[in-house]
Amino acid sequence: MVCEMERDCIEDMMEIEVLPSMWPEDVGTDVGKQFNIEKPGRDQDMLEEVTILEEPAIADFQRLMELTNYTEKGSSQLAYLMKHWEYKQANAVRLLREELDNLSKQRKEVELRKLEILKDNNRFQEESYGGDKRPISILDDVYYTWQDLPVAIRKSDVVVQNKRIEIEAEYDTVVYWKHRSHDLEKQLEASIRREEILKEKLQESIETIERQSSPVEELSQILKRADNFLHFILQNAPVVIGHQDKELRYRFIYNHFPSLQEEDIIGKTDVEIFTGSGVKESQDFKREVMEKGVAAKKEITFETELFGAKTFLIYVEPVFSKTGETIGVNYMGMEITDQVRKRERMAKLREEIAVQKAKETELNKTIHITEETMRAKQMLATMSHEIRSPLSGVVSMAEILTTTKLDREQRQLLDVMISSGDLVLQLINDILDLSKVESGAMKLEATKFRPREVVRHVLQTAAASLQKMLTLEGDIADDIPIEVTGDVLRIRQILTNLVSNAVKFTHQGKVGINLYVVPEPPFAKSEECHQKATEDQSTVSSNGLKEEKHTSSPRSTRCDQNLIDVKKHSGQPIQNQAFNNECSRSSANSECSMNDDTEEQTHSSETTVWIRCDVFDTGIGIPEKAIPTLFRRYMQVSADHARKYGGTGLGLAICKQLVELMGGRLTVTSTEHCGSTFTFILPYKVSTACDNSDDPDDLSDVDNNEDDTTEGFFQFQPRTLGSLFTSNGSTRPHRISHKFNGFPDNNSYSNLSNNIISNGTNSVEDASSVIVNASDMLESTSSSSHSSETKHECLVNGNKQNHDNNKAHAMLENGTANSSQCKEAGREMNLETKSRGPQQTCQGQGKEDSTSSTSTSAEVTKSTLKPNILLVEDNKINIMVTKSMMKQLGYSMDVVNNGVEAIREIQRHSYDIILMDVYMPVMNGLQTTKLIRSYEETGNWDAAREAGIEQSLSASDNRAVPPKKRIHIVAMTANTMSESAEECFANGMDAFVSKPVTLLKLKECLEKHLR
Amino acid sequence: MDHLQRKLRDLESTMIQQGILDDQFSQLQKLQDDSSPDFVYEVITLFFADSDKLLNNMSHALGQKDVNFKQIDAYAHQQKGSSASVGAAKVTNICAAFRSFCEAKNLEGCRRCLQQLRQEYDIMKNNLLLLFKLQQDIKTFNRSIPTRE
Repeated sequence: MVCEMERDCIEDMMEIEVLPSMWPEDVGTDVGKQFNIEKPGRDQDMLEEVTILEEPAIADFQRLMELTNYTEKGSSQLAYLMKHWEYKQANAVRLLREELDNLSKQRKEVELRKLEILKDNNRFQEESYGGDKRPISILDDVYYTWQDLPVAIRKSDVVVQNKRIEIEAEYDTVVYWKHRSHDLEKQLEASIRREEILKEKLQESIETIERQSSPVEELSQILKRADNFLHFILQNAPVVIGHQDKELRYRFIYNHFPSLQEEDIIGKTDVEIFTGSGVKESQDFKREVMEKGVAAKKEITFETELFGAKTFLIYVEPVFSKTGETIGVNYMGMEITDQVRKRERMAKLREEIAVQKAKETELNKTIHITEETMRAKQMLATMSHEIRSPLSGVVSMAEILTTTKLDREQRQLLDVMISSGDLVLQLINDILDLSKVESGAMKLEATKFRPREVVRHVLQTAAASLQKMLTLEGDIADDIPIEVTGDVLRIRQILTNLVSNAVKFTHQGKVGINLYVVPEPPFAKSEECHQKATEDQSTVSSNGLKEEKHTSSPRSTRCDQNLIDVKKHSGQPIQNQAFNNECSRSSANSECSMNDDTEEQTHSSETTVWIRCDVFDTGIGIPEKAIPTLFRRYMQVSADHARKYGGTGLGLAICKQLVELMGGRLTVTSTEHCGSTFTFILPYKVSTACDNSDDPDDLSDVDNNEDDTTEGFFQFQPRTLGSLFTSNGSTRPHRISHKFNGFPDNNSYSNLSNNIISNGTNSVEDASSVIVNASDMLESTSSSSHSSETKHECLVNGNKQNHDNNKAHAMLENGTANSSQCKEAGREMNLETKSRGPQQTCQGQGKEDSTSSTSTSAEVTKSTLKPNILLVEDNKINIMVTKSMMKQLGYSMDVVNNGVEAIREIQRHSYDIILMDVYMPVMNGLQTTKLIRSYEETGNWDAAREAGIEQSLSASDNRAVPPKKRIHIVAMTANTMSESAEECFANGMDAFVSKPVTLLKLKECLEKHLR
Repeated sequence: MDHLQRKLRDLESTMIQQGILDDQFSQLQKLQDDSSPDFVYEVITLFFADSDKLLNNMSHALGQKDVNFKQIDAYAHQQKGSSASVGAAKVTNICAAFRSFCEAKNLEGCRRCLQQLRQEYDIMKNNLLLLFKLQQDIKTFNRSIPTRE
């Protein structure tokens, strides 16, 4: 770099003596220069103020020498310096030589003249003196100094003048010659003197030259200045500059923040100096540069003990020797940690933004797809709905057709037609359900219901349409709460679906439902095959579940294949079997204590209870490979099955969806040719308030829980065996006796939730006969609790009872009701209406009055055999038609025209079923239902009062008609969107019948709800 | 007599085929028995009276300055329910459309619907009156009505 300056200096040789001051003049204006320095004058001042720390630079000077000697750059720099110096020297020498030449010329001249003079003297005898010689001044105005050298050169054309010697004396006289010799002598003297002076001056001059500062010194001053500038610039720069030799040992390093001593660096390689990540990389990079011989930059992140984590941008430049060999590298590093961090942060941000954007688009896409799907599903739902209405028309037409006179072929064709129609209807219903669940339109309803009743009803329904020799069973563990809260409609739907499925695939044996309480399931855990009771026992109990105080020893040790059989024999709650392996309780335990335990169980139960429901069958089973796809839509085990058994293939999918919607899990286990078990576990809310154990009922002491609310076992034998319904012996008779017992308690009962409302009357005879019956049963139950006879005896008893009732029923009803299909319904009705009877007929009478004679009782019974039905409808024509249909079905009913009237009517009378129009003036069906349900829950009509319905005077006493039980409310909808089934259910309705009401629909509905 | 009965059957099937009546009407006929031999006639007569009143109410309501769509909707609902109950399929369908127009407060649509409703209702009424007349004729011949089982 210095060489450039040199060049300038050299070009300006003539002014070299003022070099220090002259130098920057042209340098400053030259833009292309790498090295721009201010004028020294100012610069000097500036630098004075700055203290330059010279320590950071550590150099191996020997190496520097070597470098300047061996590297091209060094040598070129040196060469420039040399040339410059040489040039100056040569110039000086040239000038001196010229001067010398001049002098010697003059001297020769002088000597020549001296010789002439001597000759003259010789010629003119010895008398001639130098007296005539005149002093000749040569170069008198020439002044030789180094400084004036150029001037001298310019005046080099000056010639020494020879002055004429003027002698006044007469030529060729002695005087003349004397004068002349005198003069000449003088001249010679002067000349000699001058010569001496000149010699002195020359000497002086030479000395001056020597004394004068050498160019090296000048140059080094320049260099120093440049160096100062460099230092000035570099002093705060976060850079490291270094030179490393061939072996990558440091020969020079400049580091503003030195953390090491010179001896720690010089002569060492990177690797020797630091350790940590990045060190090796940098060394490799330097080596690479050295090998390639091409300068390069690289970013390296160091993580060293010495200075922590820092990122450096390093520039490495190879240094070549004169022969072109690489002899080392120049290295420059700059710390860019912050920048890198910023950059990385930026990159990260950019990346995040990109990801965000991608996510957004993805989300938008998903939303779009979801919307599309929803729309499609809604479309499907609407379509299905639209298809359903006309199709139901077709099917019902076909059904009507079957009632006309037809020949065999026509009937067959019609049967096919109806069954296909039904299938399509079912399919559409399923699709509707499924799309509702999937589109999220399916709303779950939280209603209180009794699991036992639900199971019983489901089985009963299945039994009613059973066309096979199958036994249907239901077994509910004692610890199942009497009343739980959940979406009963959906649960019933699931159960019905699973049971009908089971029935479909079972040709002999049984189909059953077991209910038991399980602890909150971590769903992965206990999902094994629970097909057999024994397995159940071992798996569940080994999980260390709830402890039970009692169990029956014979059962738990037994290895009976059939769970139901086991239970039948012992008559004990299944819960024992499921949860307790230890036999702490003898089989001879009394019913009473068992029930106490049950009470405790239910009483202490948490707000959420998990109930497991098994629907098992002894059917054809499911091959293992088909199980994974079983719950998929439109999936059936095989095409063969589909042909043989029909079905839509949607049922199980719906069940699964529904169960999952309710927060449960539906699983299946199956053995081919042996049977399948579908298990679903669902959470239910239990309100402890409705626990019937809270009120100790002294009057009905032991039996107070022996209602059908706690009844745990049902069995529906195939019709041909002669009995439709049996129950395990303990409950039926007790229930009846309780009713009897409960009757004097009429005024004081507070146990509304118990649902054992017995404000009616029973004939003494009737009751006592039942008691006898019951005690018989009790006896037989307890005495033979391990034997299978119990069952039969119970069965017989039950049957007998049934038959008795049925006989009476049939007699009284004059055969209008289908007694074979709904015996149970009839019987229940019988009992319930019995209790309600007197209220209607002789309201306000003293309760004691009701212990009437047998004949009165019979009369009452007769008058109340028919269910009380209320129609709430505003359309006259509809009323007329419905009434007529009722008449044809053998029922009579009360009619009111709107919701307000309906509530007034309900306040006065109790109804078994209410057919409720939805769209009505004054108060619509939905609101009315809500108010009725509120009354049933709270026992008062506050909600109705709030709605502006004053209680009728006759019913001002709340107890007049206490909420006996949940009234069945059936909505009559016009099948429009505004009167959707969901809304009906949401408002507490139990079912709905779409308008127009047909005989068949009405009949089905009444049969379903009047059991 | 066979002629009359066949005519009656033809008329009935035509009405069902044309969609004027649906199976609900057969339901009504089924409800007719010895205890109420004129059930269908009674119901239909009531229906006619009710419908005439409702149709008048509707056209009156539609003629008002400020049309009370809610009121008309209620009428239409009433009419729909009645028609559905007696099996007047076409009238029922028009009522459904009528209701959606009411909901949309589409006056023009309502007017058109009412017109259509009248038209269909008249057709049905005439047909049914004819049907009753035939039945009456048959009755006068002291023969049972063929639709009864």
